[in-house]
Amino acid sequence: MMKKNGKVTNIFLSGVGGQGTILASNILTEVFLDAGYDVKKSEVHGMAQRGGDVTTHFRFGKKVYSPLIKYGDVDFLLSFELLEALRYINWVKDGGKIVINKQEIFPPAVNLGLAQYPQDVEKIFKKYFKEDVCMVNGQEIATKLGNVQAANVVLIGAFSNFFPEIKEEKWIKAIKGLLKEKLHELNIKAFKEGRKAL
Amino acid sequence: MKKVLQGNSAIARGAWEAGVKVACAYPGTPSTEILQEIADSYPEIYVEWSTNEKVALEVASGAAIAGARAMASMKHVGLNVASDPFMTLAYTGIKAGLVIVVCDDPNLHSSQNEQDSRNWARFGKVPMLEPCDAQECKDFTKIAFEISERFDTPVLLKGETRVSHSDSPVKLEERKEGKVPLGLDPKNVPKYVMVPINARVRRKIVEERMKKLEAYADKFKYNKMEINSQNIGVISSGVAYLYTKEVFPEYSYLKLGMVWPLPKKIIAEFFKKVKRVIVVEELDPFLETEIKAMGYKIFHGKDVIPNMYELSPEIVEQAIKGKGYKPPKIKVKPADLPRRPPNMCAGCSHRALFYSLKKLGAYVFGDIGCYTLGAAPPLSALHSCICMGASIGGAHGAMKALGKEGLGKVCAVIGDSTFLHGGVTPLMDVAYNKGNSTTIIADNRITAMTGHQEHPGTGFTVRQKSTHMVDYAELARVLGIKNVRKIDPYNVKETMQVVKEELERDEPSVIVTTNSPCIMLRREKRKFANPYYMIVTDKCRGCKMCLEIGCPAISWKEGAGETKDGHKRKGTVMINKAVCVGCELCAQVCKFEAIVPGKV
Repeated sequence: MMKKNGKVTNIFLSGVGGQGTILASNILTEVFLDAGYDVKKSEVHGMAQRGGDVTTHFRFGKKVYSPLIKYGDVDFLLSFELLEALRYINWVKDGGKIVINKQEIFPPAVNLGLAQYPQDVEKIFKKYFKEDVCMVNGQEIATKLGNVQAANVVLIGAFSNFFPEIKEEKWIKAIKGLLKEKLHELNIKAFKEGRKAL
Repeated sequence: MKKVLQGNSAIARGAWEAGVKVACAYPGTPSTEILQEIADSYPEIYVEWSTNEKVALEVASGAAIAGARAMASMKHVGLNVASDPFMTLAYTGIKAGLVIVVCDDPNLHSSQNEQDSRNWARFGKVPMLEPCDAQECKDFTKIAFEISERFDTPVLLKGETRVSHSDSPVKLEERKEGKVPLGLDPKNVPKYVMVPINARVRRKIVEERMKKLEAYADKFKYNKMEINSQNIGVISSGVAYLYTKEVFPEYSYLKLGMVWPLPKKIIAEFFKKVKRVIVVEELDPFLETEIKAMGYKIFHGKDVIPNMYELSPEIVEQAIKGKGYKPPKIKVKPADLPRRPPNMCAGCSHRALFYSLKKLGAYVFGDIGCYTLGAAPPLSALHSCICMGASIGGAHGAMKALGKEGLGKVCAVIGDSTFLHGGVTPLMDVAYNKGNSTTIIADNRITAMTGHQEHPGTGFTVRQKSTHMVDYAELARVLGIKNVRKIDPYNVKETMQVVKEELERDEPSVIVTTNSPCIMLRREKRKFANPYYMIVTDKCRGCKMCLEIGCPAISWKEGAGETKDGHKRKGTVMINKAVCVGCELCAQVCKFEAIVPGKV
């Protein structure tokens, strides 16, 4: 999958506005460009700035045409919230890999008692994807490091394990390039802790 | 050097490399980042948030007439606003390059309609380029300036959600100033004064120019043929080309970089090289209609490709394969999951205002901005939303139609930025035509919905320099509104009292919210007396009144029980301390004093 002449790899990121989904996808973009691939990324935001759902399509390969992944053709689903993972389960192809942050953020209908937050999300994923499902407690790890905001980078750290040929320095370089200097130390720690979490 | 850029950032980069000196815009998704990026990254360019798109294009056109390359950017509905100068600038032409970037929003991710801006190119008789990725965004922006100067015409550059908001690698180059010298030419009156006698002359020039542009389109290197299959060829442009190429790499392609005027010779050649031609385009059958009018038979077009909402690789694949398409298996039905619609933030001043309006039972003519979310349940307190500024005109018209019957029942709600964009003229109309409607300016001190852009009411320019600040109350008085009042929307009782009085008044009124900045705007953060509120479970009767405000910090918890003084209940509510900002609206709504300030 990782050969430069091979097919395009499709990564789908989902989360809730404010969780840092787009920053996470920017890190992926920088890392894979740096590794010599053609990359394309596309996101939906605007109305979803606060509390709405946010999705990002990220693709890399020798030559990438479409900025959007084909429905049902996702190789990796990286989700920052449980419900937002489940919402896109059908997009993942058989044998696809899934990394989910164990966090629940209630949408308005659930807050109002009008809808139920889905139960046993992990179980549903395990049913279809078995050992390809990884759960990460990004919030807990980030909180221990002193800033819950870094949960997205913890998840990126965990996710980076799927690409052993890309050296840690490349990830750290991308994190440094995208974040303000005062946030470097915390986020590099978050990345390393995330890397150990899988 | 290669750098990953968003399509919009690439357009900004292209403008900088093309030597642009003036760039203007009004924010609008998905176009906003173009101007923001110029402001943040390219100090050589004069840049402004204009009050609306018409003004932005007028400012840019003045700069172009003065010999400076200039750009105006906007979303699709913005070009409707700017259509007046646009249609005539096609006649006058320019001196230095003038490029108008218009970004469509197929699938209406954040817009009030879905329109195909290619129609504006045909309507206005102006060339249009359509890039498909960030590299083309940069390249086409530069080419657009060359075309503009070579053919003495404004040029449209079409973005859209999946081009503007997609990132891909771009090769960076240096800035090169345009060749046109700065300076005005007072002798060139027949070219720039569009009175009938001059406009008639220019009218003919427009047609001659279109002929020359057609010939140019046939030589334009980004109208590109890729011959693979001799059986099936696809004519496409923009992101639709990428989706098709993705799923059918074996087909032949004619990828159009210029979508107006069309390259007739290249199209003829393509029809000779392939047996069957499929036209794949997003939204309207624009290319299809034109190609059919040229006398060609197409194998597939809008008979299978949808003419609404955005395309995607699987939609294109499914459309062309028809019954042969096998969709992926459904594991969980997305319709069974709770949706996550956008919501006003915890502590948003609009929530407080709409709660009062709902309690008053007012019919609210709304407008474009975060406050449009007041239409969503549970608030459900906004009843119309058409375009920027339509709230004020709409309420005025309704009051004229209803006469005295309408008193006490109708109001317009408009945000600060939107008021300055399109609300000043209808408000003048209300005063002039002796209306009696009430206009509430919900002033949150920023253009919030598009992500915090400055405007003439904030006191800051796009580059955060301090500047003159409009006083809405003074402005309203000057327009002829005698009754101008201020409210603190967080005070429900007072807000209801003032709004009620003004709704019932048989004269026009303006009410301005004060000390009500966007809760996400750090610069002007309102200080609340308490950092957060909490529920006294002993007192909560589970009446759900506080849920009626739709605050994301408040949630319902099922569970039978009773209050300390013996009232039965089916559940209680909870306040999420991390989300609550202490605005106190819920405490004002609670009849049982079950919501109290949290401990510091």
